[in-house]
Amino acid sequence: MLKLNNLNKSFTNNLGITKNIFTDLNFHMKKGDFVSVIGSNGAGKSTLFNLIMGNTELDQGKITISNKNITNFPKYKRNNFMSKVYQNPSFGTSPSMTVFENLSMADNKGEAFGLTFGLNKKRKNYYRETLAELDLGIEEQLDTKVGSLSGGQRQCLALIMATLKKPKLLLLDEHTAALDPKTSKIIMNKTSEIVRKEKIATIMITHNLQDAIDYGNRLIMLHEGNIILDIEEEEKKSLSVEKLLNIFNEKHIKPKDNEVFIG
Amino acid sequence: MILGTLEQSLIFAFMVLGLYISYKILDFPDLTVDGSFSLGASVVAISLVNGIDPIIAMILACIAGSLAGFITGYIHVKYNITNLLSGIIVMSGLYSINLRIMGRSNIPLFNINTMFTSGNALLKIILLLIVVKLILDFILKTKFGFALRAMGDNEVLLISLGINEKNIKIIGLMLANSLVAFAGGLLAQYQGFSDVGMGTGTIITGLASIIIGESVFKETKFINMTLLVILGSVMYKFIISITLTLGMNPGDLKLITSIIVIAIMGSKNIKKFKGGAKLA
Repeated sequence: MLKLNNLNKSFTNNLGITKNIFTDLNFHMKKGDFVSVIGSNGAGKSTLFNLIMGNTELDQGKITISNKNITNFPKYKRNNFMSKVYQNPSFGTSPSMTVFENLSMADNKGEAFGLTFGLNKKRKNYYRETLAELDLGIEEQLDTKVGSLSGGQRQCLALIMATLKKPKLLLLDEHTAALDPKTSKIIMNKTSEIVRKEKIATIMITHNLQDAIDYGNRLIMLHEGNIILDIEEEEKKSLSVEKLLNIFNEKHIKPKDNEVFIG
Repeated sequence: MILGTLEQSLIFAFMVLGLYISYKILDFPDLTVDGSFSLGASVVAISLVNGIDPIIAMILACIAGSLAGFITGYIHVKYNITNLLSGIIVMSGLYSINLRIMGRSNIPLFNINTMFTSGNALLKIILLLIVVKLILDFILKTKFGFALRAMGDNEVLLISLGINEKNIKIIGLMLANSLVAFAGGLLAQYQGFSDVGMGTGTIITGLASIIIGESVFKETKFINMTLLVILGSVMYKFIISITLTLGMNPGDLKLITSIIVIAIMGSKNIKKFKGGAKLA
């Protein structure tokens, strides 16, 4: 599915000091893989996403999705294959447009935005049903401007919009970090359900170790641009927060207190 | 006087609709309009002098305006020049271009056939305006229109939908500036002359119209945004014409307009501040 081959990336700051983020990073994932990515700040998690999305240019290396080489694709073209849900709920939606308009737009992802009617009335019932499953009351507000929804409601909408057209790859960038525990749980469960049902390859960055263990079939730990831990399937099921913390300590990585939520 | 003011305000309404696209929908403070308004007038004037049909002259004006918008958008997205500066650069470049087009600083159109030589001017303008408004309303309801609206709202979302955000910006500016040039051309035909300086202050006139329309009609049902800016344009022209009849010096008009804009925008923020204080 997704193949990252020999990625190299370094940044040079104003003082001319070059910092290598990735040196020959290799990472492969299968269709339907749900990978949690953990690692302390500066480990390269965000840079990894930026390289895949095309926000940051690669120095060297190759990125392929379903055997298609997308290394030189511009940002907007890559988005035909992938979707991202951001930590900030306002990045995934258009606040001055209604819920219905937002969903109709998301339903047209990757296709031409021409002079045909914008609202997708045929799918209105489907949208309503999908939103009703969340039990957050968004289905009653299809004609409300998204800007007046709560942060949690907006993030749910962003998740639904990102997965509406079944992307090949879904990137989740701490997408529940800004939400209260209850909404965060609703979104995590919905994410897991969608990913399993649609078999979307998913990479989730999280600082919540419990979530990283509970969700997904694979867990990797990034440290200074290297994958220092890659645990799959059965082995992952036996993981616990304590075990992960021990591994953190063995590798001499000190997680900050606020990075560890237990429960 | 009332009839003249109404006709003029409706001509300016085309320009305000254009500015509504760039300023409100795309969130792009496009200063090109000062230049493209005169551009439309220049193109129409030189075309009419050379015996071209008035309607074809208007189409030429639209094309010229969209070219101006294209250049502003292109240098903005291609060379990463800020939106404000891109507009200023093209606006000042257009001044020379307009002089070149006309060959001198003004062209009188007396004794030349224009759209308004015969027939009812007001009726013609209103019909044209209704057609343009309906087309614009339609465009904003299409998928392309959704993309335009999302552009000003959230560029990240636009990219994530697989849309080339740069093209949307450029097309939006082309659309906006062709409307502005259309208004300029129409005004030249209406008043019977074109002057290289007639576009000066277009942006502030348009801005004033939009915010007057918004502050009066924002909460009114059955008035959508395009109708709102048209009504705003009419109200603005009447305010100006009343100040003139009160004996104000025409040279002070731009200053008055600026003060109106500051007053309305300022009063909005004062309200917001008071509202916040109450909550706290």
